[in-house]
Amino acid sequence: MANLNIDSVKDRTFDAIVIGSGMSGGWAAKEFTDKGLKTLVLERGRDVKHLKDYPTTNLYPWEFPHHGVLPDDVQKANPIVNRCYAFGEDAAHFFVKDAEHPYVQEKPFDWIRGYQTGGKSLLWARQTQRWSDFDFEGPARDGFAVDWPIRYADIAPWYSYVEKFAGISGNRDGIPELPDGEFLPAFPLNAVETFFSNHVKKTYKNRHVISARCAHLSKPNQIHLDQGRGQCQERTLCQRGCPFGGYFSANSSTIPWALKSGHCTLRPHSVVESIIYDEKKGKATGVRVIDANTKEAIEYYANVIFVNAAALNSNLILLNSTSGRFPNGLGNDSGTLGKYVAFHNYSAHINAEYDGAKEWTTDGRNPAGGGYIPRFRNVYKQETNFLRGYAAGFSAYRWQQNSSDGIGQDLKNNLVKKDLSGWHVGSHMMGETIPKETNYVALDKSLKDPWGIPQLKISVDYDDNDEKMKKDYVEQMTEMFTSAGFTNIKASTDHRAPGLDIHEMGGVRMGNDPKTSMLDKWHRLHACKNVYVTDGASMTSTSCQNPSLTYMAFTARAVDHAIGEMKKGNV
Amino acid sequence: MNRRDAISRVGLILGGTVIGAELFMSGCKSGSTVNTDDLFAKETTAFLNEVGETILPETATPGAKAANVGGFMAIMVRDCYTADDQKVFKKGLSQLDEASNKKFKKSFMEADAKQRTELLTDLDKEAKEYSKTKKPEDPNHYFSMIKQLTLLGYFTSEVGATKALRYLPVPGKYIGDYPYKKGDRAWAIS
Repeated sequence: MANLNIDSVKDRTFDAIVIGSGMSGGWAAKEFTDKGLKTLVLERGRDVKHLKDYPTTNLYPWEFPHHGVLPDDVQKANPIVNRCYAFGEDAAHFFVKDAEHPYVQEKPFDWIRGYQTGGKSLLWARQTQRWSDFDFEGPARDGFAVDWPIRYADIAPWYSYVEKFAGISGNRDGIPELPDGEFLPAFPLNAVETFFSNHVKKTYKNRHVISARCAHLSKPNQIHLDQGRGQCQERTLCQRGCPFGGYFSANSSTIPWALKSGHCTLRPHSVVESIIYDEKKGKATGVRVIDANTKEAIEYYANVIFVNAAALNSNLILLNSTSGRFPNGLGNDSGTLGKYVAFHNYSAHINAEYDGAKEWTTDGRNPAGGGYIPRFRNVYKQETNFLRGYAAGFSAYRWQQNSSDGIGQDLKNNLVKKDLSGWHVGSHMMGETIPKETNYVALDKSLKDPWGIPQLKISVDYDDNDEKMKKDYVEQMTEMFTSAGFTNIKASTDHRAPGLDIHEMGGVRMGNDPKTSMLDKWHRLHACKNVYVTDGASMTSTSCQNPSLTYMAFTARAVDHAIGEMKKGNV
Repeated sequence: MNRRDAISRVGLILGGTVIGAELFMSGCKSGSTVNTDDLFAKETTAFLNEVGETILPETATPGAKAANVGGFMAIMVRDCYTADDQKVFKKGLSQLDEASNKKFKKSFMEADAKQRTELLTDLDKEAKEYSKTKKPEDPNHYFSMIKQLTLLGYFTSEVGATKALRYLPVPGKYIGDYPYKKGDRAWAIS
């Protein structure tokens, strides 16, 4: 122990400790502090304060040394993170560079990370859809993973709760497989997106193209103004951090809210080495932190601990929290810790053209990105030779088609005029993957990171189900595009490694049975009841919705439960 | 603005594929040890600015020189080009002058505006023909590089974006259905 001084121990003792300050950790911080609990939030990276620490947010293209292009040496030094679409000259400072935090790829895995206050919530694509019972009942119905210990009814009120605070734009579409939420006005579809939406509605039963639901303040309510956030201004420069707080991030919303309460201590540069388990008390008593700068070890104590370090790092912390009682990682009686990791399959795309609606274009920029196609395969019954299904993005756009031939006055006059192509349409798949024991993360036996913590070894791959699903996506979308009259249809598939979807999930899965799962229906470790895991690590299955909204709802619900347990004197 | 978006949108402004974009996106395959200091010499900047100005001249709106595309080209070649392309670019500067000497018995800087336009029109055609038949492993044409850096630098510069194009940093709205009118001033990337 670093210091036995009584006052120092008191200073390092809290009601609750939250590991991680991102999408879900920010919610844990807010919920605990709203109820007056003294809360310590540990962030492994640097502090990023809303507005103050967004150095590029108001820069013009010409104020960037390379007008937005990343220098060659930065790209060359970062082959992994450079594959992420948002890693540009304007946002590179919010991404972990490859060399800074090494990990072991037993199989190729692009692990995209943001180590700072707010984590990746600064950088996310802001798409937010609820799960339904078609998702929660998936594993039980289709016989994979284990049954989710919760159903939609358990989580629905918590979706509403977090949606109201975060601010989600969308239409009430009345689709059972994609439940409606507490929506601010939706961003509109454009002429050709609307055309396709109508066509699909007419032509197919249970297929829909809706305006993508997203965490943008299309019309803020008082609760958003109270957070110091304002209306989205459609800049679509979100990855820089938003000067208006127009989209939801922990930085603009939950973290400053928690700090304002006076009950929250945010400690950046705090790498959690492990959770301390007290064998006599039969529970966790705190966490051991390595100061990222001084490398000094410090312990903090609390009645309840929330693990929100982002899916794979939450796995790492539990794996590294060993004791006599738990030699294979905290709460790991089942031997499932680190296993059944899954992700979303983004590796197929399709593009085409539409010869019509040429009198229309768009004005401004759409923060929602266009349309969203909820899962339509194997929803009401098993109908294909693969399990589960995929959601898809859908958008239509026109671009400048001016010729760049020649030089001089004619060239210049030509290039500055609007001369748009016909409409192009594009879609990408977002496929559910099936969690398997063989897709796992573990601690490397010899390699350590600069803080003396074992490096994470990642062994995750696609399978035959993914291949079949990918093929089906291409077939179904081709058919839908063809029947809509789209032409020049071109499908493409890529061989991206898992991870680039940035939807890695599982490893600390929920389940009813302590023999086959890590967490109970309240997100507590079955075997250590005062430790909760509410980020992506807790996912029993992945379905195909963008997952952040579900993590937020899980977290708010779990904190409510933890506070109840504290009141009852159970923790 | 993300990088791919920026490049593809500039690509759209240019009306086609940007050679540079491939370079920018794939990164360098071998470490560059090419010395590019000479690209930052005053005379080189002035030279590149004049070449740029010939490609995108001052009209009712400022030209490429006003955007200092010469300085921009030097930075981009130093920081964002592969070693092979750096060599082609550097050599290209003297090749351009040689072509001028051959045609007019004058260096490019000595040539008048009409001669400069004539020379670069020829080089533009030459580069276009070359690109049509070039294999992927063949070097890029130096004039393609100069032209594309000029266009990229100009249309993402302050004068290019705000004077030649329309620049709207804060749209404040998104309208899904907006009437299209060909010939309106185009939008700069954000």
